[in-house]
Amino acid sequence: MDILTAFIVILSISLLAGILLLVFSRLFSVAKNPLEKDIRECLPGINCGACGYKGCDDYAAALAEGGVKTNLCVPGAQKTSDTISNILGIEKEEVEDVVAFVACNGHCDATCHVAKYEGINTCLAASMLYGGTNACHFGCLGYGDCANVCPSDAICLDDGIAHIDTSKCLGCRLCEKTCPKQIITMLLQNTSTVVMCSNNQKGAEAKKACKNACIGCKKCEKTCPHGAIEVKDNLAVIDYGKCQNCGLCVSECPTGCLKSVFFPDLPADYDFASLSE
Amino acid sequence: MEELRLLIVILLSAVFVDNYVLCRFLGICPFLGVSKKLNQSVGMGVAVTLVMLIATAVTWPIQCYVLDTLGLGYLQNILFILIIATLVQMLEMLLKKLSPSLYKGLGVYLPLITTNCAVLGVTINNIIDGYSFVESMVSSLGCGLGFLLAMVLFSGIRSRINEANIPTPFRGLAVTLIAASFISLAFMGFGGIIENIFA
Repeated sequence: MDILTAFIVILSISLLAGILLLVFSRLFSVAKNPLEKDIRECLPGINCGACGYKGCDDYAAALAEGGVKTNLCVPGAQKTSDTISNILGIEKEEVEDVVAFVACNGHCDATCHVAKYEGINTCLAASMLYGGTNACHFGCLGYGDCANVCPSDAICLDDGIAHIDTSKCLGCRLCEKTCPKQIITMLLQNTSTVVMCSNNQKGAEAKKACKNACIGCKKCEKTCPHGAIEVKDNLAVIDYGKCQNCGLCVSECPTGCLKSVFFPDLPADYDFASLSE
Repeated sequence: MEELRLLIVILLSAVFVDNYVLCRFLGICPFLGVSKKLNQSVGMGVAVTLVMLIATAVTWPIQCYVLDTLGLGYLQNILFILIIATLVQMLEMLLKKLSPSLYKGLGVYLPLITTNCAVLGVTINNIIDGYSFVESMVSSLGCGLGFLLAMVLFSGIRSRINEANIPTPFRGLAVTLIAASFISLAFMGFGGIIENIFA
């Protein structure tokens, strides 16, 4: 009998609470900006936060209020920006498509580990212990923190380093923020020449650490007809404002850290290993 | 007169002697999480005070007239949690409609209070202490004000900690916890004062 009363009391109070909440939500509903719903529907809804707002809902609310750029949604790209501009009736804005890029080519054949790590299996934890066990202190650790945060499964770990499938990459920058070595950068989608190294040690030390490292020999700097490459801190840096994608530097590079890559439409069965050949 | 004296004792001892954050260690989460800036901590403190008052006003009659009469005292925890959550939701809707500026000011703190143990603690302790309805309300007000006081004090200290040159191992949460324990120690010093003033 006792359990029945308890049941009835809980049930009735919960029901009452539910009904009260329903009544309140009807009585005190606040009219939303009708634009907000339309805008929210054309946003992708994966809440990646690349726009700088808390999520798609938040960005939609800010857009409906006005005064916010429509080209902030990275995964939605140009199409979303155009649709939002149409809904708001304002001028269209250009979207620059970006993809993530791992500036390291230190795969298992090129570099080695100097110690054995048996701790927590994340890049962050590994990097906190003397900067990781890699011979090269700048390179990819290969525990896949970036792959874990990637919302679109665009990152795979192969041969000890992270590879990004640029056809899947949304450009949300989550991996860029996550990488403890800060070797993931965002490149424009029309980029075709990249420096696959982040090591700014002197040539001999860099070469000792990894066969594929940039040794800062300045050959590319001299070769480039457009003056787009400069060696800063023993590391070649490409100025993409000047780079014409001619690829002359790629054939000159003695260690092969300068690469020609083809963004964005790699076939799904693309062999990433061929990049490092 | 005697009654008024009792109410003042309840109020002041709830603020100082039995401060929920610093002496009973309830509601530590917002105490550490939302005390970075003064205006935020004031917002949180006011919101908690408001919710404590409303929660007590509803839970006390339910305990006295429903649970006690039916002998279902053991349902106290689960029912109080349910009631507090509902009340906070209702308050949120009301504020959103009636005072959007206050709603925006309180922001995320209002929904956070839904699961604040200090609020549940006040409602349950009022029953345990055997307070009457008026005494319960005064005690809730005192607890809320005590929470507000602790938040304001601590936000002041934290803003100074931010500017101080702290040894590396203590930076961040470590020094915050140490500072919190010092304030807590200081508040322990209020023990017995209120009762003796009004004795």
